[in-house]
Amino acid sequence: MHSIVCVKEIPDPETPASAFAIDPVAKRAIPAKDKPPVISPFDEQAVEAALRLKDAKGGKVTVISMGAPTAEKILKHSLAMGADEAVLLNDPAFEGSDSFSTAYVLAQAIKKIGQFDFVFCGRQAGDFDMGQVGSGVAELLGIPSVTLAKKIEAQDGKARVDRAFPDGYEVVEVSMPALITVSNELGEPRYAPLKGIMAAAKKKVPVWNATEINAEASKVGSAGRHTSMLKLFIPVRESKCEIIAGENEEEAANKLALKLREVKLI
Amino acid sequence: MADNKGVMIVGECVDCAPVAVTYELLGVGRRLADSLGEQLSGVLLADKVGNAAKDVIAFGADKVYVIESPLLKDYVTDSYVGAIEKLCHEVKPNILLMGQTPMGRDLAPRLAFRLGTGVTLDCLDLKIDPQTKLMVQTKPVYGGSALAEIVCEKTRPQMATVRPKTMEPLARNDSRKGDIISFDPKLDASKIRAKFVERVKEKVEGVKLEDANVIICGGRGMGGPDNFTPLKELAKLLGGALGASRPPCDNGWVPATLQIGLTGKIVSPTLYIAVAVSGASQHLSGCSGAKNIVAINKDAEANIFKVARYGVVGDYKKVLPPFTNKVKELLKG
Ligand SMILES: Cc1cc2nc3c(=O)[nH]c(=O)nc-3n(C[C@H](O)[C@H](O)[C@H](O)COP(=O)(O)OP(=O)(O)OC[C@H]3O[C@@H](n4cnc5c(N)ncnc54)[C@H](O)[C@@H]3O)c2cc1C
Ligand SMILES: Nc1ncnc2c1ncn2[C@@H]1O[C@H](COP(=O)(O)O)[C@@H](O)[C@H]1O
Repeated sequence: MHSIVCVKEIPDPETPASAFAIDPVAKRAIPAKDKPPVISPFDEQAVEAALRLKDAKGGKVTVISMGAPTAEKILKHSLAMGADEAVLLNDPAFEGSDSFSTAYVLAQAIKKIGQFDFVFCGRQAGDFDMGQVGSGVAELLGIPSVTLAKKIEAQDGKARVDRAFPDGYEVVEVSMPALITVSNELGEPRYAPLKGIMAAAKKKVPVWNATEINAEASKVGSAGRHTSMLKLFIPVRESKCEIIAGENEEEAANKLALKLREVKLI
Repeated sequence: MADNKGVMIVGECVDCAPVAVTYELLGVGRRLADSLGEQLSGVLLADKVGNAAKDVIAFGADKVYVIESPLLKDYVTDSYVGAIEKLCHEVKPNILLMGQTPMGRDLAPRLAFRLGTGVTLDCLDLKIDPQTKLMVQTKPVYGGSALAEIVCEKTRPQMATVRPKTMEPLARNDSRKGDIISFDPKLDASKIRAKFVERVKEKVEGVKLEDANVIICGGRGMGGPDNFTPLKELAKLLGGALGASRPPCDNGWVPATLQIGLTGKIVSPTLYIAVAVSGASQHLSGCSGAKNIVAINKDAEANIFKVARYGVVGDYKKVLPPFTNKVKELLKG
């Protein structure tokens, strides 16, 4: 069983609102000073999904990321969790990608890797929340896709996938190879054990550029975009909170109940 | 590209009746079509569409394409993408919209790549730029901390999914006239690589979150599963529903279906009481439609107070019991 997982490096999505800032010209977030970038949380869960399959069926897990050289860190993190190989896709030509050019580069890299049973992606990257690169990679590879997975079982060339739904879940059966996008209902990703961290530190992460994945110049980076972002801005929220205080919690609680009654909310 | 014309929306039906987001899509679709001076069409796919086609016309469409096939009984990516792809090759719409629903979020990106065009998911606003005539698509990014305006300049159709409950439907008008056209996409069963097996609905006690007028939402600060019992009681007392931020769901304190936020449910109650919730942007994405947010949090600096109308700073363990008692007393009196 060979699974390939696509992981993206993003600004820490748990940056508190007070520290969140954007660069309206470059149209992206300015990473907060004390918050190093992280692996997109759903992608970490995609790694977890692949590792669970490996635990059950054996085989290997390859992680790939298109990004800056700093993305090596999230690839090493995935290796430390238990992935076997990692590749960084980096080329100045990849800059300015949208979902389309990103999916194209990932699909080209996967073609170069060759044989696989599954490709895993996160349901959406925790920066732009686009939620489409997974389906796009599947389309470009010509394989079926199942989105929003919370459980995956593989048997006899078929996968049985539970898809998270607002009011429960749906079960689908799909032929392999298939691309699966993972949702947080899958459960917590495992911790990287110390041994894994040490082994990962020693591993070399190869870097592939556009030529090495046979990518056409017109399809990568900003040249390959299908969409453009006109504007990025922080919406203004106008809300003034009335803090209900009291001598102690009990008094504040009583006053709150009375207030809600007064404004007819209860 | 120049010959791509018209706005098309993909509706969704349950038992031959369109679901709410279909009417919302028709509402925004009509607005876009009128500002372009183009037609609005609807597409309905199912094993049986029945009277839904007439509803789609009554709510604003000039034309409805009905695609009926046993292969479309349940949503399966390959069959739905295949059917709409064929229709798009024939009709060549300028704009193609669907709902940000379990179906739309799976269908839209796959279809966009199949058609070689761009798509923006989860839009809160769509408008036509008067100069360029492009559809400007506004979507939340960075967990809802920021908004982006996106356009698709060169390829057609311009595609987007629309977040439910963000667009106004038109009033029903049964005197509206429109064509109902049956379309056969000639689906090939052997090309459908996935099979729908079953849909498992988790039972909800009492009011559904999406419909609730009052929601009591517990966060990580609740500390454990048992502490949700008093929240549930308060919800019951107020005729509302219990919700949670993501950590209580991830930790298994409450069912995952209670999650409110960007990747959970999007709710818009009149009263939303957030207890021990910090107010992360991804959480606020799900509840900022609430008319009145009340926050109980021990940290006066918590972000939730920035969006709340009323707040109490304190330990919920000390605030909640007297609050519930007082509410009981007030409701009795
Ligand atoms: C891509 C992505 C998608 C996400 N989607 C969602 C989503 O859909 N929904 C969602 O909720 N989150 C989502 N998250 C997670 C989100 O970023 C936050 O981590 C999460 O909302 C925090 O939940 P919380 O407020 O309950 O916990 P915390 O942030 O840990 O806050 C707990 C709060 O409880 C208070 N507290 C603690 N003890 C007490 C006490 N005794 N009395 C009173 N107050 C107390 C603390 O002061 C604190 O403010 C997502 C994250 C990412 C990256
Ligand atoms: N630059 C990237 N490198 C690797 N994987 C990516 C990249 N961008 C997106 N992905 C994958 O595609 C998923 C969906 O991304 P998006 O469509 O951007 O929300 C992510 O969760 C990742 O699994």
